[in-house]
Amino acid sequence: MINTADILETINMIRQENLDIRTITMGISLFDCVSEDENRLITNIYDKITRSAEHLVKTGEEIEKKYGIPIVNKRVSVTPVSLIGGAHGPDTYVKIAKTLDKAADTLGINFIGGFSALVDKGFTKSSESLIAAIPEALSTTGKVCSSVNVATTKAGINMDAIRLMGKTIKETAYLTRDNYSIGCAKLVVFANVPQDNPFMAGAFHGIGEPECVINVGVSGPGVVSSAIARAGDCDLSTLADIIKKTAFKITRVGQLVASEAAERLGVPFGIVDLSLAPTPAIGDSVARILENMGLECCGAHGTTAALAMLNDAVKKGGVMASSHVGGLSGAFIPVSEDEGMIAAVANGSLSIEKLEAMTAVCSVGLDMIAIPGDTSEAVISGIIADEISIGVANTKTTAVRVIPAYGKKEGDNVSFGGLLGYAPVIKLNPNSPEKFISRGGRIPAPIHSLKN
Amino acid sequence: MKAIISVTGKDNVGIIAGVSSICAEKGANILDITQSVLDEYFAMIMLADIDALNIPFSEFVDLLSDYGKSRALQIQTMHEDIFNTMHHI
Repeated sequence: MINTADILETINMIRQENLDIRTITMGISLFDCVSEDENRLITNIYDKITRSAEHLVKTGEEIEKKYGIPIVNKRVSVTPVSLIGGAHGPDTYVKIAKTLDKAADTLGINFIGGFSALVDKGFTKSSESLIAAIPEALSTTGKVCSSVNVATTKAGINMDAIRLMGKTIKETAYLTRDNYSIGCAKLVVFANVPQDNPFMAGAFHGIGEPECVINVGVSGPGVVSSAIARAGDCDLSTLADIIKKTAFKITRVGQLVASEAAERLGVPFGIVDLSLAPTPAIGDSVARILENMGLECCGAHGTTAALAMLNDAVKKGGVMASSHVGGLSGAFIPVSEDEGMIAAVANGSLSIEKLEAMTAVCSVGLDMIAIPGDTSEAVISGIIADEISIGVANTKTTAVRVIPAYGKKEGDNVSFGGLLGYAPVIKLNPNSPEKFISRGGRIPAPIHSLKN
Repeated sequence: MKAIISVTGKDNVGIIAGVSSICAEKGANILDITQSVLDEYFAMIMLADIDALNIPFSEFVDLLSDYGKSRALQIQTMHEDIFNTMHHI
């Protein structure tokens, strides 16, 4: 029989420490939906998604019951929509977004990702149309998530795209002004975007992916935090070991669920994403892990070092537990989705500059940060340019998901509800990067991109 | 297929009898039981073979959980694979 202590440990992780599978995400290719006829295109998309993912939610629920572990979200990601709507203009893209939303409703999933464009080197007509459609698409749908990749280490940084995204984010914030500018919480600007990420809002089904695939994102900040608290006053080598062992166990559950879901749905298993994904619930916070490691408050000097160690140990533990690891795989630090981060911003310990430094050593980037509603387009573009540069220079994924909450100023609170959480509006540097941003053009790829 | 049934809560008369009779009724064959009582708290872990279960596993899970609630106990029934994958390489 299995060791009693092991059984109780697993049950305790699930019951007390918020261990869960954060998402089962089915990636679906939409390439075969392409049509010059708008109505056919839209019908094809709806039919393909609802047919492919018909049993996704039910299967997720069955697995949940079988193993006694909550599977919080069942989601779908699709081929970047800009790649399948090339024959159409912005109006059609808005209709496609509404179709995706309708398909998500039919399936009973809470988010669908892939209203996306890849413009790291430049715009195609269709990517321009898609980006033009983003504000309206996000303000007239509830479940559609959008992302734009504006840079890669290989191609450099498309500063025209960054300037455009500053404007797009502001417009989206305005159009969803009655609801704390929530549209911006569903819009991510990426560098080096992964093709197989199961987490929203940045998920899409990459161009090298199979027809249909199952990717799984695990969670478990509470489990890691409790393990560290139990370890007491050990040194950091010992602590790294404890984190690795915990990450191994968490990831094994992810692998188990992923293979079972893939088998039941008759779809290939893609990857397990090793990210530690927090929620606004007490006891499910990455910031609290860092504090349990010995920081008075997240944001204190030493935070970046603690996070770097945590992130590395999670990967080392997780990588052996899964046959294929991918997606974002690292600790997430979304402010509004992490109870400890919210507290640290509210008490002034955590600044946007410190958050930016932290993103150099973990995934993903400046995530779910509420900024003043009157922030200019150029400042938003400046925030994006800084963050994207960190990704490009370090050959890693970085992203920006900031919410210029309409009518709100520094210190005000905004609340998005559910997993998206709530956040105090953070202080920004008031100086303008306007002239730098308006130069446009491309920042060339760094020298270490030339590896061949 | 084997399932692990874990029961925790305040000790009272007939916990094992109650859980066992549900298992017998639904065709789950009990293979092993460990239990301990610490002060007034009771913890039992039961390993059961569920190949011959006469209802779907998910219903069996709910049935035991509901029984637990009626007696102020927490009863969790999980497929053994989650423990095997988590704790064995």
